[in-house]
Amino acid sequence: MSSTIDTEKPPIPGSAAHTDGAWTIPIQSRAERFASAEHADFAEVTGRELEWRLTPVESVRDLIDGALDGGRFPTVVSDAPGVSTEWVARDDARIGGAGLAEERAAANAWSSFGEALAVTLTAEDFTEVTIDRTGADRTPRAAHTVITAAPNARGIVVIDNRGSARLSENLEIVVGAGAHLTVVSLQEWDDASVHLSSQFARVGRDAVLKHVVVSLGGSVVRVNPSVHLAEQGAQGELLGLYFSDAGQHLEQRVYVHHDAPSTVSRVTYKGALNGDGARTVWVGDVLIGRTAPGTDSYEQNRNLVLSDGTRADSIPNLEIETGDIAGAGHASATGRFDDEQLFYLRSRGIPEQEARRLVVLGFLVEVVQKIGQAELEARLLDAIEAELAAVEVV
Amino acid sequence: MSSLEIRDLHVSIETDQGVKQILRGVDLTVNQGEIHAIMGPNGSGKSTLAYTIAGHPRYRVDSGSITLDGEDVLAMTIDERAKAGLFLAMQYPVEIPGVTVSNFLRTAKTAIDGEAPALRGWIKELKSSMEGMRMDSSFAERNVNEGFSGGEKKRHEIVQLELLKPKIAVLDETDSGLDVDALKVVSEGVNRVKQSTGLGVLLITHYTRILRYIHPDFVHVFVDGRIAEEGGAELAERLENEGYDRFLTGSTVG
Ligand SMILES: Nc1ncnc2c1ncn2[C@@H]1O[C@H](COP(=O)(O)OP(=O)(O)OP(=O)(O)O)[C@@H](O)[C@H]1O
Ligand SMILES: [Mg+2]
Repeated sequence: MSSTIDTEKPPIPGSAAHTDGAWTIPIQSRAERFASAEHADFAEVTGRELEWRLTPVESVRDLIDGALDGGRFPTVVSDAPGVSTEWVARDDARIGGAGLAEERAAANAWSSFGEALAVTLTAEDFTEVTIDRTGADRTPRAAHTVITAAPNARGIVVIDNRGSARLSENLEIVVGAGAHLTVVSLQEWDDASVHLSSQFARVGRDAVLKHVVVSLGGSVVRVNPSVHLAEQGAQGELLGLYFSDAGQHLEQRVYVHHDAPSTVSRVTYKGALNGDGARTVWVGDVLIGRTAPGTDSYEQNRNLVLSDGTRADSIPNLEIETGDIAGAGHASATGRFDDEQLFYLRSRGIPEQEARRLVVLGFLVEVVQKIGQAELEARLLDAIEAELAAVEVV
Repeated sequence: MSSLEIRDLHVSIETDQGVKQILRGVDLTVNQGEIHAIMGPNGSGKSTLAYTIAGHPRYRVDSGSITLDGEDVLAMTIDERAKAGLFLAMQYPVEIPGVTVSNFLRTAKTAIDGEAPALRGWIKELKSSMEGMRMDSSFAERNVNEGFSGGEKKRHEIVQLELLKPKIAVLDETDSGLDVDALKVVSEGVNRVKQSTGLGVLLITHYTRILRYIHPDFVHVFVDGRIAEEGGAELAERLENEGYDRFLTGSTVG
């Protein structure tokens, strides 16, 4: 993309304002944000709050304030060696270990869930687990999941969301010392589904978390990953991929808290928008605390606009409380096709439509390739191809 | 035998300061099997001519014509021009993230030929062409031009030339930024293609050193948006010694 944007206002499709360096200064430090498990502890949501102002609040009102069914969400967890799966009671010690709700919809889910799904990886040999969740109806529901990687465990957990749902949930991820865990949250809901997901991760000493959000299907999907690099040498790689079609709202609010020395984070979110009313929101907060000398952090969000009538918000926030950092940077860009890329491909005989397809695929594939699981990568490429088949790119 | 004919070509571009006229009546014929060198000062419009032939949307043709074997090139889309047999090796090849060289080349070859190349033969052809250009086979799995050095980008252009087998190729400063060895490799590549396919070449350059390897049949001096003088190889030597001064009097070159 030739242009960059750092918008609080609706960008004119394709054109772009921009500034690198002029990021938004948060009103309060992200670390001071209120957290609670109780719905009643949070004020009513008006839709004007920083947290909610870019979300179609009325479309998710039932999840913010309504009664939620806290029964088990239809879930099938694959068997794998060194992995234990159980439904546990609300007072299980694992619950609350990685974080607490920071807004009212998450708190509503926290107050409402009956049992939590606990998936624990203990094997030091690499294991793969899939959590298949297939929603069957539009009852507003609450869910709570805790994924734990024991010290030195290795593995990948793919949460595969399909079917129809109205779901507000909290997902906790605890990565023990020296563990290497990948968690993929894949949203391929049907067109009318609504999904609000707060995901909290705590990464221990010298542990590595790769966290991936892929949102393709659903009417309103808001996934907010919050990663606490809590101990020395903890690393977080946060990846995101989204493709918003006409009328679709895909939102992700990412937070990385560097809270220990020599922690490393890389945030890469990429999205495409196509069709009237296609809407995406990316907010990337990074806090480098006083406790985190030697931090190395970089976050970027890039959006590719494929048609008129779309809106992409991209808001990086960087807070630095220590003078001793190894690196901190960010980039944010929203733009149309790069005409020079198209010209180059077409000058080699590649027809326009095919050239556009190649460029979009190439744009998104960067994130796919970082996931590191061949089968899933192939499946995502197919899913992106399917999205593109519907695109009459202009 | 194919022939690219450019007649009284006038081209302008839109800039922030308004419309700017760049080409002011270019006449040129390039036949297959011929090598034409174009030399001229910076900003005289050489790349503009190259891009206009390839159909870059930034350049507006105000009058004149371009035909390939009598077919109206200006009426063709960018990709139709490539299919008709035109090729532009760019002065600044573009990087395309996420698209591998091998995927790109196969897609281009398929588009140009109208059918996918037979897999075995294609892999062999690709390999030998890259070897000929002294490009390590690992380049095939890298993204198009991404992180390539200037010289690697230029060699990649010639790999494309060899694989896509156009009738007429425009090489826009393909020699710039090449070290002596790369210059030889690239020149040999162009000569090899010419030998095997009868390629016609329009070679834009600032230096005679490439002309020692690719021998021009004609040299055109390009000044202020048109051809100011034409001659044989000896004209290039003269330009190198004397510069463009004697063509510049009274003209406005930016
Ligand atoms: N996009 C543009 N905006 C403004 N001016 C342009 C643009 N493209 C070309 N020009 C101008 O048109 C003129 C011709 O440019 P062109 O690139 O064709 O020159 P050239 O002969 O290839 O020069 P060089 O030897 O430096 O490559 C120059 O004055 C250049 O500044
Ligand atoms: Mg030029």
